[in-house]
Amino acid sequence: MTAVSAKDVVVDFPIYGSGSRSLKNTVIRAATGGMLARDAAERVVVRALDGVSFEFREGDRIGIVGHNGSGKTTLLRVIAGAYEPVSGAIETKGRIASMLSITLGMDAEATGYENIFLRAAIMGVKPHEVAPMVAEIREFSELGDYIDMPVRTYSSGMWMRLAFAISTCIAADIILMDEWLSVGDPAFREKAQLRLRQLVDQAKILVLASNDERLIRDNCNRIMRLSHGKMTTLESI
Amino acid sequence: MLSAPPSRFRLALKDLKDGIGSIYVWPPLGWLEIKQRYRRSMLGPFWLTISTGFMLAFMGPLYGKMFGLPVSSYLAYLAVSFVVWIFVSGLINDSCTAFIQAEGYIKQTKLPLTVYVMRTVWKNFLIFAHNLVIVVLVLVFFQPSLDWYLLLVPLAVLTIVVNGIWSGILLGLICARFRDIPPIVSSLVQVAFFLTPVFWTPSMLGRHQWAADLNPLFHFMEIVRRPLMGQDPSLLSWGVVLAITFSGFALMLALFQRFRARIAYWV
Repeated sequence: MTAVSAKDVVVDFPIYGSGSRSLKNTVIRAATGGMLARDAAERVVVRALDGVSFEFREGDRIGIVGHNGSGKTTLLRVIAGAYEPVSGAIETKGRIASMLSITLGMDAEATGYENIFLRAAIMGVKPHEVAPMVAEIREFSELGDYIDMPVRTYSSGMWMRLAFAISTCIAADIILMDEWLSVGDPAFREKAQLRLRQLVDQAKILVLASNDERLIRDNCNRIMRLSHGKMTTLESI
Repeated sequence: MLSAPPSRFRLALKDLKDGIGSIYVWPPLGWLEIKQRYRRSMLGPFWLTISTGFMLAFMGPLYGKMFGLPVSSYLAYLAVSFVVWIFVSGLINDSCTAFIQAEGYIKQTKLPLTVYVMRTVWKNFLIFAHNLVIVVLVLVFFQPSLDWYLLLVPLAVLTIVVNGIWSGILLGLICARFRDIPPIVSSLVQVAFFLTPVFWTPSMLGRHQWAADLNPLFHFMEIVRRPLMGQDPSLLSWGVVLAITFSGFALMLALFQRFRARIAYWV
């Protein structure tokens, strides 16, 4: 049963200047106490998420809306499991496909072919699972013989096409997206949209962060509004 | 609804277990780091072997003469010492950047943190494996008096690898939080090269040999070096190394279970 449950999730980003991050100040603080110790207690933190609770179930298509800095991306990263909440709890059931950074794990000096396996490893896909898909990835990304060339020789469009083809090759229960993915020239974009649509349609939960109300209305059945790290509303549409 | 979360300690152990078990992730990442350095060069990673060989070819005769030792036996000693030193010091230095260097991964994706430590351990092991070619060559040419103690070598190397894991997590975590530690560690390692019997032998200290025994790095060198030099294993060295292994792991677990979840915020 695919689900995402969060209860009172709080995420604070500590701001370490050269101050508290340096050993010198920590040592001096330990030695002097008093004045500087207060400094330690007043460490600056940015509260990115403040007591967010929700329950996503199968069939949910959640659109997260909010201004810049309202916590959309942080929430996606918390769901992806990169950040663990400072307090509160989050639990996810199901295979997550994070589309937050589709080139993560790829290396410019490695060939396209090698990069398929590097990217797959970071996505948690084993070599023997991705090996049967290499031909399909190569065809879809329209790289042809470039697949055996180092990625640094690619145009940025080619690079993105490859990253997109790998990142969308495995089905997932939960899909996380920061803005709707769109890559390549118009002809490729159409093909890519079709593939992404299929991936999203077979996923049980979609979490899409965007400020494009129309995009959200077209793709989602629930809207979560974030403001300054707090969830103001979570309603069905 | 939410089930009760597992304890911090269980989560730390799970990270360690899953991280070491991610054998599809850290080996290619570690390899990639070495390949990146030698991409487009003809000999590739074998430049590692060659540069170590160069160093030995010049240092061996020079220091052999300075110490008044026969060049052949000194060269064998130096080759073994130097290769082990590169391994041990490389592990310590890379421990500091294990998490910092993986910032991009840590902030974007959920992989066990131990994966990034295994990557640096694996990278250093691969460098060691390339340098081992020299040790074999030198031993074949200069000192073929080897016996069953040689079987202790893989065990000793494995022990160093295991120590690399705890030190990678422990130092990686501390260095992610306090950015002054990496330069401190690297300058200490630099000094330790001279303070540890790498190119000199403890017997040169005369009645002050105990000074070498006080140096923990000396014992890590000895567990690999002695069997390769055809000497019987030193119980003291193995004792010290095993004590460090266990206490290091205990200390690492204590800090790792407490701060594991904070690392993503620190890097």
